[in-house]
Amino acid sequence: MGIRERLSGNEAVAIALKQINPDVLAAYPITPSTEVPQYFAQYVADGEVDTEFIAVESEHSAMSACIAAAAAGGRTATITSACGLALMWELLYVASGTRLPITLAVVNRALSAPININNDHSDSMGARDSGWIQLYSENNQEAYDNYLMSLRIAEHKDVMLPVMVCQDGFITSHAVENIELIEGEKVKNFVGEYVPKHSLIGGEPISIGPYDTPQFYFEHAYQRAQAMINSKKVILDVSKEFAALTGREYGLFEEYKMEDAERAIIVLNSSAGTAKGACDLLRAKGEKVGVLKLRVFRPFPLEELSKAISHLKAVAVMDKADSFSAMGGPLFTDVRSACYDLKTRPHIINYIYGLGGRDVRVEDFTLVFDALKQVVVDDRPGEIYRHVGVRGVQ
Amino acid sequence: MSKMVEIRWHGRGGQGAKTASLLLADAAFNTGKFVQGFPEYGPERMGAPITAYNRISDERCSLHCNIYEPDYVVIVDATLLTAVDATGGLKPDGGIIINSAKEPEELRPLLDGYEGRIYTIDAGKIAEEEIGRNIPNTPMLAAVVVVSGVIPEDEFLNDMEGSMKHKFANKPQVIEGNMRAIKRSMREVKGL
Repeated sequence: MGIRERLSGNEAVAIALKQINPDVLAAYPITPSTEVPQYFAQYVADGEVDTEFIAVESEHSAMSACIAAAAAGGRTATITSACGLALMWELLYVASGTRLPITLAVVNRALSAPININNDHSDSMGARDSGWIQLYSENNQEAYDNYLMSLRIAEHKDVMLPVMVCQDGFITSHAVENIELIEGEKVKNFVGEYVPKHSLIGGEPISIGPYDTPQFYFEHAYQRAQAMINSKKVILDVSKEFAALTGREYGLFEEYKMEDAERAIIVLNSSAGTAKGACDLLRAKGEKVGVLKLRVFRPFPLEELSKAISHLKAVAVMDKADSFSAMGGPLFTDVRSACYDLKTRPHIINYIYGLGGRDVRVEDFTLVFDALKQVVVDDRPGEIYRHVGVRGVQ
Repeated sequence: MSKMVEIRWHGRGGQGAKTASLLLADAAFNTGKFVQGFPEYGPERMGAPITAYNRISDERCSLHCNIYEPDYVVIVDATLLTAVDATGGLKPDGGIIINSAKEPEELRPLLDGYEGRIYTIDAGKIAEEEIGRNIPNTPMLAAVVVVSGVIPEDEFLNDMEGSMKHKFANKPQVIEGNMRAIKRSMREVKGL
C-alpha cells in the first residue's frame, strides 16, 4: 500500500537516493546545486547509507567523479540545477559516449543572464542533445517514482545510457505535497544490484575512454544513437514493472481528457497540473479540450505522440525554454516535425511561457485554449511562435 | 470540509512565514488532508516581503501556480498592510488575520475599502513572552487554525508537537515554548 508522507520534491528525491543507496554520489554541496546533496550528506553522517559521498569543488568535477566511479563499476548518482548543469556540459557527453549508466536529478532552473534562480527548462533543454535520456516529472511523486525507475532504465544492457530526471525548481522542488513512498525493502528489490558487464575494477584488464580514431568513432556514435532508440521499450517495460509494484502507471506521456478532444496543450513538468485545471474548467463548459503531458523527451516518442495528436484540430506546444532559433522552442520543433508524415495533422502553434519563474496561472492556459479555438475557426495557425505571460505581448 | 481552502501568507524574511505555511501543511496532512505548502522565492533577505501559500483539500490538487483568490490572508507583519496588496483577490466570505495588538476594526482603514472579516492576534508579544524571541509564525499559525476551522483544534494541538519534532529535528529546545505560544494564541485571537 505504500507509506503516506508529505515531502518537498527535493526531499522526495533525497529519499529515493537513500533507498537506492548508490555506491558513489558526487555532488557540489552548495548553490547552484539543490538541497538534495545536503539531505544526502545527513544520511551519510547518520550511517543510513553506505555511499561514498564526494563533495566536489564544481559541477564539472561532480560529473567527472561520477564518470570515474561508474567506469570503476559503481552505481553512481548526482544532482544539480541551472548553471550547475551548464558547467557539467562537456562531461555529459563523456558520460553518454562512454555508455555509463549514471543517474542525475535535475531541478530545472533558468540560466543567467539576467541573473535568476527561478524555474524554467533552459538548463535541461540545453542538454537535450547530449545523449542522456530525459524524464520529466509533474510533482514530487513523479520525481520520486521516475528516479527509482531511472537506474533500471540506465543500467539495462540494451541501453547503457545516463538518465536525467527533471522536476521544476521551487514550484515542486520546494513545495511540500502528499506523496506515497514505497517501503525500503521493496525499493531494494526493485532496483536490484548493479552488475556492470565491464569495469575498471574487475577481473579483466581494460581501458575506458581512450582516444577513438576516425576508424571507430562513428560506429560508437551510431551505437549510442541505437541505444537511445532501444531505450523506449526499456522505459515502457520498467514502467510496467513499477506499475505492478505500486499501481502507479507511467507511459511515454500522459493523456488527460484527450480521447474526444479537438484542441490540446502539450506541456512538461509542474505546469501540466495547472493545465489540467484549465482543461477541467473548459470541459465543464462543454469545450472539447485536453492536455498531453510528455514524460519522456529523450528518446522522443515520435510514432506514439504523432498518433496521439493526429485526430486533433489544433495543438499548442508549451516551451519553458527558448531555442532562440526564431522559429519556436525545442519541444515545439520536435512535436511539429513528428507530425510531418501524418496524412491528417492538426495545426500546431508554439507558446514560450514561464521563463525565469514567471508564475503560470490557470488563466494562461485558458487563454491558450481560446487562441486554439481561433486557429480552428481560421483553419490556419497564424503566427506559430507566440508568448504567454509576457507583459505587453499578446 | 469538502471544498479546497487556499491561504496566502505575507511576512518578512526571517519571521518564519514559510515555516508556518509548512507547519500548517504538516498539521492538515496529519488529519488526512491533501496539502500544498510552498513559498514564492524572491530575493532572500532578512526583512524583505515574502509570500507563502497553502492549499488544503480532500483530493490531490494538481494546480502548481500561486494563489490569486485566497480564502484567507495571513499578515505576519502589520507594516506590510501598507506595503503589499494585502486583501488583493481575497474572497468576500473569507477573512484576513493580522499580527497586531490592535482591535480588528482599528485596522480596517488600512485595507483599501475591504468589507470582509478581520481578525487580530498579538503574535509578536506572545512569541516574545512564550518563546523568548519575536518569531511570530507559530502563534499566527494557531490563529489561522482557529479562524479557518481547516483542522479540528484538538487534532491540531495533538499533531503540532509531532510536526515540530519533524521540522525541528535538530533544534528540540524550541518545541516547548512554541507549544505554549500556540495554545495562548488560540485563546486570544480577536474578531471571532
